[in-house]
Amino acid sequence: MSVRYFAALLLAVFGATAHAQGFAGMGTSADGYALPQPGTEFAFPADHGAHEDFRIEWWYLTANLRDQGGTDYGLQWTLFRSALSPESNEDWQSNQFWMGHAAITTPDAHFSTERFARGGIGQAGVTAEPFTAWIDDWQMTGIETGRLTTTGPNFAYDMEISAQGPFVPQGESGYSVKSEAGQASHYYSQPFYRIAGTLTLPDGPVEVEGQAWLDREWSSQPLSEDQTGWDWVSLHLDTGEKLMGYRLRSSIDPPYTVATWITPDGTPEPYPAGALTMTPTATSDVDGRAVPTTWRLQLSGKNLDISAAALNPQAWMDTAVSYWEGPVKVTGSHPGIGYLEMTGYD
Amino acid sequence: MWIAGLSALLSHWRRKPLQLATLVLGLALATALWSGVQAINSEARASYADASAALGETRYAQLLPREGEIPLARYVALRRAGGQVSPVVEGRMTLAGESWRLIGIDPLTVPGDVAPSGANIAGDLAGFLTGGGRVYAPPEATGALAQALDIPVLPADGIAPGVLFTDIGVAQRLLGLDGGISRLILRDDQPLGLPEVATLAPDLDLRRPEQGSDVARLTDSFHLNLTAFGLLSFAVGLFIVHGAIGLAFEQRRPMFRTLRALGLPMRTLVILVCLELLLFALIAGAIGMVLGYAIAAALLPDVAATLRGLYGAEVDGSLSLRPAWWLAGTAIAIGGTALAAAGAVWRVGRLPILAAAQPRAWARASERRLYVLGGGAAILALVSLTAGLFGSGLVAGFVLLGALLIAAALALPVLLHAFLTVATRKARGPLAEWFWADTRQQLPGLSLALMALLLALSANIGVGTMVASFRLTFTGWLDQRLASELYVTAETEAQAPALRAFLEPRADAVLPIWNIDGRVAGLPAEIYGVADHPTYRDSWPMLESLPDVWDLVAQGEAVLINEQLARREGIGPGDPLSLPGAWEAQIGGVYSDYGNPVGQVLVGLPHLVARFPDIEKRRFGVRIAPERTADLARALRDEFGLPAQNMIDQASLKAFSLQIFERTFTVTAALNVLTLSVAGFAILTSLLTLAAVRQPQLAPVWALGLTRRRLAALELARALLLAALTILAAIPVGLLLSWTLLAVINVEAFGWRLPMFLFPRDWLVLGLLSLMAAALAALWPARKLARTPPAELLKIFVNER
Repeated sequence: MSVRYFAALLLAVFGATAHAQGFAGMGTSADGYALPQPGTEFAFPADHGAHEDFRIEWWYLTANLRDQGGTDYGLQWTLFRSALSPESNEDWQSNQFWMGHAAITTPDAHFSTERFARGGIGQAGVTAEPFTAWIDDWQMTGIETGRLTTTGPNFAYDMEISAQGPFVPQGESGYSVKSEAGQASHYYSQPFYRIAGTLTLPDGPVEVEGQAWLDREWSSQPLSEDQTGWDWVSLHLDTGEKLMGYRLRSSIDPPYTVATWITPDGTPEPYPAGALTMTPTATSDVDGRAVPTTWRLQLSGKNLDISAAALNPQAWMDTAVSYWEGPVKVTGSHPGIGYLEMTGYD
Repeated sequence: MWIAGLSALLSHWRRKPLQLATLVLGLALATALWSGVQAINSEARASYADASAALGETRYAQLLPREGEIPLARYVALRRAGGQVSPVVEGRMTLAGESWRLIGIDPLTVPGDVAPSGANIAGDLAGFLTGGGRVYAPPEATGALAQALDIPVLPADGIAPGVLFTDIGVAQRLLGLDGGISRLILRDDQPLGLPEVATLAPDLDLRRPEQGSDVARLTDSFHLNLTAFGLLSFAVGLFIVHGAIGLAFEQRRPMFRTLRALGLPMRTLVILVCLELLLFALIAGAIGMVLGYAIAAALLPDVAATLRGLYGAEVDGSLSLRPAWWLAGTAIAIGGTALAAAGAVWRVGRLPILAAAQPRAWARASERRLYVLGGGAAILALVSLTAGLFGSGLVAGFVLLGALLIAAALALPVLLHAFLTVATRKARGPLAEWFWADTRQQLPGLSLALMALLLALSANIGVGTMVASFRLTFTGWLDQRLASELYVTAETEAQAPALRAFLEPRADAVLPIWNIDGRVAGLPAEIYGVADHPTYRDSWPMLESLPDVWDLVAQGEAVLINEQLARREGIGPGDPLSLPGAWEAQIGGVYSDYGNPVGQVLVGLPHLVARFPDIEKRRFGVRIAPERTADLARALRDEFGLPAQNMIDQASLKAFSLQIFERTFTVTAALNVLTLSVAGFAILTSLLTLAAVRQPQLAPVWALGLTRRRLAALELARALLLAALTILAAIPVGLLLSWTLLAVINVEAFGWRLPMFLFPRDWLVLGLLSLMAAALAALWPARKLARTPPAELLKIFVNER
């Protein structure tokens, strides 16, 4: 595949260059698309499906895994949807654009691959009931309990998932604000998956199990124009509690941070902007890019002061839209494991 | 010493400008014809390469449907099974009065190097995919297309001529296709653990990239034909060069000896001679390239039209200069010079320094030389015979042809010598004896030119006979094949039944012409349904068949195939044949189908419709009295509003077919004329150079009392005699050549064999023309002789060298 061809293609999908209008053009105008409204109640299972009148949407699953020998792994399965224009159409003329990203991270290797498709012909899509999200042969079937598969040129996986807790709305009942200017998205998570299955790696199959986290988010203009990228974590703490936090970087303002504390029974405690501080403490060189791969996180209300360090600092997603995404190990006041995603570093 | 040596060598050419002109012109003509043909071929091949690269044909394996199109659901099922395939839709449409090949791709799955390099699809993805879409076209065509299409037409480099690129959805809309896909490109990056394609898609045909495109394979024979003509012209040109160099070296023998005697080392002399030849080769090569470019530019539109008409292959009508072409042209000029001069340079290198500087008639006739020629001719004739009897394929055909021609050329001096020997013996009287003996003595000097004439003439007769035989057969076949008086196509599927109902009471018969495209024996083929009607039974051009074959076809127990398919696969009546749709049929007969590059199968119409109920049912052939055709067409237009292109009468279809036919041979005819001109020029130069050398031989005869006029008349008669003998020899060679073309080359190249017809009147015209050319060529030296001042002739005796 011509990487440059698809890089250009993706920029086209998101409308502009990363630096002019936020990461991957997510700060471009939302004219003609539906906009997130505060106070909207999620309606399941319908909201597990696609919201095609919004510009951008994703089904984002990450998992921390371990094999019988104690080796740690990370797994990613993501389906992105983007509307190319506000006018919907049938068949090949569909305005819906789909992109799949998948990866496996080991302590010393990172495998990633991607797929593209348009809506309207059945090659990719999401149905709410029964729940299926797919692009080509990649599938997530079932959202309470289900199966997750991916194949790539040099790896594959086939996993079973089952939710051990409820879906958790982020932000104000699922309305997640991204900047002082009010950019927002609808956002909920399922952080309580048990996951087990087989990773197929170049050296052969590996049986693994662990915890997974699904993020569901849709919006039409999730970033403001000056926001250049984000640093995002989803952490499974050893106490059974979960923490989601992100830090949106701006070219003019100080970073905008948001956090949600999730109790073991699934009750969210959203924290106001600024309550969380995220500070990079170590930087790695990833193919010439300086990427912060160890972070100090402090949440004042919980006396939380932890360090999240990458399992493999080279977990770069070398896809058409590229970013860093990989498992982390948490130490400090609240030890645990989790996933780190960082955009806008290339 | 180098400079002095070179200037001494070159001084010869200053004194003999005509010789110089002959040398340069001969070489330039040879280079021109060869490189002109090469330019045409490489331009055409570049066009095919662009077109197939545009489809990923050359780079990626592909999955092709056995018949019709690949349904959308099949494609999506393949993707959902993990197969990394990308769909392509392809079709022809007429826009702004021209026919275009519209290619629709899916930019989200296509390999990055398949989309045209100049098209900014990625940067304008939303525009390309949604709304009306975009069409990318060759830059020069965008203006006209913008008028004809309702969506933006953008220019892009790297698109083959006649090709338009767009999104697959837009292509389906423009082509009126309903979700079908023409082919699937198989990407390189297939996922881990994917089953073999044969397991994944057993219903589709896999074509590997190295198998090349259909167009390139179909047109191969055409280009080989052109190349053969280019080579023939080059050979004829080299005869001239060889003659000119031989003469110049012979005349410079005294100069070479003088230079050697003055102390110039042999090595230096040979190097100087080679340098001099290289210089000429470069100059003549450059002139030849310019001429070749002009020839190619003049012929290319016809070649393009031929290729489009015959194979549906699009070739850019404008010529681009490729560096490789310049290099090849220069190399062929130098190589040709080396070939033509090798003997002469070799003799210079062995020149004894002290031998008497006695000029001899250049290349004296010797028994030994004739034996060599005769032996060469015999060996080549044997090669030709072997290739004809045991060889197969187009290359063997051309070996047969080439060996035959050269054998004939080599045998010519031997035959002429034999004839002249007999004539000398029969001659009575001193003048007659001198005439025959002198003619025989001159034969070696003229033999190269005569060989060139023989080659050109026999090629002319051979190709002329082939084309004329083909034309005669083709027109007769067209009369049989185009039996219906009017061909009508309904505008829509829905309109067809009404159209048929309207036609039936008004015509003698309405014959459906319905077909599907599929693959038979791995290559594209057409499968037509025929109604059971006397029109077919009476007039279909059958070559061989089982008894009562039409009954068998009507009952669905046999199918008919065209000659191309039969020859390609080596099958005939009684053999089984696999058709699309897992249809195992039996061949009932073979019919001739000239001008069609693809295989064709005829089956009983009800059986075709039963197996392919979705077949397009829009075309009909109408049998009606010819004088009522125009009225019926008018009635159809009034009743259904059918546009003119949906109603084609027999006469215009015939005219169109014949036009394609004539165009096919335009290039052949043009090359023929050029080759003949080169041969005429060869005779002229040979006679001119001989005339200069011959003064010492003629002076004694003049001194014995023969007038200069008489001598000149005899010279003219001699030239005519030799030309006439060569023409006589050329006729059987030409016929043999023509037989080879019809029975061997045509079968290999096109897949059909043609009966041979003889056209003695054409030979007579050609013979007279050649005689006139020879007479014209001889007239100039003869006039010069008639006007040579007596003092000049006397001088011969004074300063006998």
